Amino acid sequence: MPSTPVFVEPDQNNKNDHPMSLLEVKNLVVEFPGRRGTLRALDDISFSIAPGEILGVVGESGAGKSLTGAAIIGLLEPPGRVASGQILLEGKRIDNLGNDEMRHIRGRHIGAIFQDPLTSLNPLYTVGRQLTETILAHLPVTPAEARQRAIALLQDTGIPAAAERIDHYPHQFSGGMRQRVVIALALAAEPKLIVADEPTTALDVSIQAQIITLLKNICKSRGAAVMLITHDMGVIAETCDRVAVLYAGRVAEIGPVHDVINRPSHPYTSGLMASIPDMTMDRERLNQIDGAMLRLNAIPKGCAYNPRCPKTFDRCLVERPDLLDAGTTRAACWLHDGKSAAKAGVAA
Amino acid sequence: MNSNTAAPTHTKTTSVKSKALVQAHDLAKTFDVSAPWLNRVIERKPRTLLHAVDGVSFEIEKGKTLALVGESGCGKSTVARLLVGLYEPTRGGLTFDGQDAHAAFKGNNAKAMRRRIQMIFQDPYASLNPRWLVEDIIGEPLKEHGLITDEAELKTRVGELLKSVGLSPLDMVKYPHQFSGGQRQRISIARALATEPEFLVCDEPTSALDVSVQAQVLNIMKDLQRERQLTYLFISHNLAVVRHVSDQVGVMYLGRLVELADKHTLFDTPRHPYTRMLLDAIPKMHDTGKARTPVQGEVPNPLNPPPGCAFNPRCPHVNDRCRTERPQLLSIGGIRIACHAVEEGRI
Repeated sequence: MPSTPVFVEPDQNNKNDHPMSLLEVKNLVVEFPGRRGTLRALDDISFSIAPGEILGVVGESGAGKSLTGAAIIGLLEPPGRVASGQILLEGKRIDNLGNDEMRHIRGRHIGAIFQDPLTSLNPLYTVGRQLTETILAHLPVTPAEARQRAIALLQDTGIPAAAERIDHYPHQFSGGMRQRVVIALALAAEPKLIVADEPTTALDVSIQAQIITLLKNICKSRGAAVMLITHDMGVIAETCDRVAVLYAGRVAEIGPVHDVINRPSHPYTSGLMASIPDMTMDRERLNQIDGAMLRLNAIPKGCAYNPRCPKTFDRCLVERPDLLDAGTTRAACWLHDGKSAAKAGVAA
Repeated sequence: MNSNTAAPTHTKTTSVKSKALVQAHDLAKTFDVSAPWLNRVIERKPRTLLHAVDGVSFEIEKGKTLALVGESGCGKSTVARLLVGLYEPTRGGLTFDGQDAHAAFKGNNAKAMRRRIQMIFQDPYASLNPRWLVEDIIGEPLKEHGLITDEAELKTRVGELLKSVGLSPLDMVKYPHQFSGGQRQRISIARALATEPEFLVCDEPTSALDVSVQAQVLNIMKDLQRERQLTYLFISHNLAVVRHVSDQVGVMYLGRLVELADKHTLFDTPRHPYTRMLLDAIPKMHDTGKARTPVQGEVPNPLNPPPGCAFNPRCPHVNDRCRTERPQLLSIGGIRIACHAVEEGRI
């Protein structure tokens, strides 16, 4: 264990990490041991989130987005386990805590919002009971104060007539309203970090816009940082400060959201951006990335993206790239290693 | 009705163009969602009817794509199922190539009509039989319609169909679970194409797919349309996808069309407040961090829709007429729109 965990090693991510990181994920590896060998689902993921920052985590199904979130909140499903690496919250390791200690962290320090608001609420309890239970478990207040807080939270999340609605059951709320309750629940103990895993995917566009605006404003006003996991680039563009693009369990590119979207440095990010139908452009055909996301047991040697990459050259086939400086972002691509790209005669 | 006395540009929408391959007129579907009989008797509850689709009319010309958009529960999928004959309409009907399709679905020539109209479903995991080989899945419509009986010929044809959607003929001896989501959706497309239909109803065909794979499937659908002069009804809630694939766009709200217009007109100058709201709700990819003011409110309960215009509780341009009188779909300035405010020139 490092003695000064707050500070990052100088060779790592010095551009995007500053010493005041709220959350730091360092070289995280998550593995699933199985009968036919161990599957490595997350392979050496590092990033950090500053207090009050919104970090987007984007990628296709199977890229490891949700797994990263689950590892941070300590909810990896067995046999999945953190094989190596560290997760630090305010400088303290949380990846090696026991269940009881982790339960104290969850809710109090890290709140979670999941995709389906109906399954993340208990259908047998009123929303008020679920909220007060969370508040009482984490904060030193009386039950009456907890109820007052719960009503205030519901009001803050935009639920009309909160004082009445607090005694309703989850099924009496619509999908968008339920997600507001889930956000209230995640914020109940005033955590500093919210992990939101696809919070708007199950909702209609008009409701999605409401929920994203709410999430953004309420977290900004309370100074909570958010890790927003989604596959929707539009949501990322609108909400996040920085974004990490995941591919096959690794960070392909990370940087300020504007630069990653408008000047992507990794061929995967460019491909992904070009394949999204755009409201402002008319195109006869969309750019497609040929092939499909790899299976975990068939990740090739070298860069995991090399079978689908239009710019593959010899080094990509043998050596796995780490995150390299690429202008304003960092990309795991050999094109940004000046020497090897020049030798192969390709430009980034 | 007031609109009859309005300006001459306002005409009723029942005028039918003859060129269209598909014509839906006043299509409606009502579901009986009443409590069980005993409860109704004891608790004196009335019957409850859900008007899932309530009078929808449109035409699609051959080789064109009409997209229907709207939020969950607006009746898009019910329209799709009405068009392929999976539901019988409560009112109105469908004319396909000059014939009454729903009469044909019931008559002796039902298969001939079904052969010409096929459907692609949303979930590529649920719509393929997991116990069947791909060759059986794609070959079934060919056998069922008696198009090919010879076994060797069937295999060649299935191989051709797989090739046309970018898969290999060697894939026919695999099971659906051996394919990814995008490949499965291509198998669904190959199956739908097997009978050489003229009209394909696609119900959210790419909603379950990742964006890079969605691009592959949309490209294949567009290529096939160009090669075979296919006519599509494309249902989606993703407006960017709709903008990419469609020629005409119909916006639905609570079982009714509120705006029907040419793609460019609709996206460049949306008229109906609901269409504007939907367009505003799309996150803009390249203006990062721009804050929006989302429209408040939610879709009302379809069992108990508000009187007048169904959108009136959320509409910023509402007046008394909107709260009492239901707007008809009128032709105004080249588009069809159901909105009192537009008709009166208020917006």
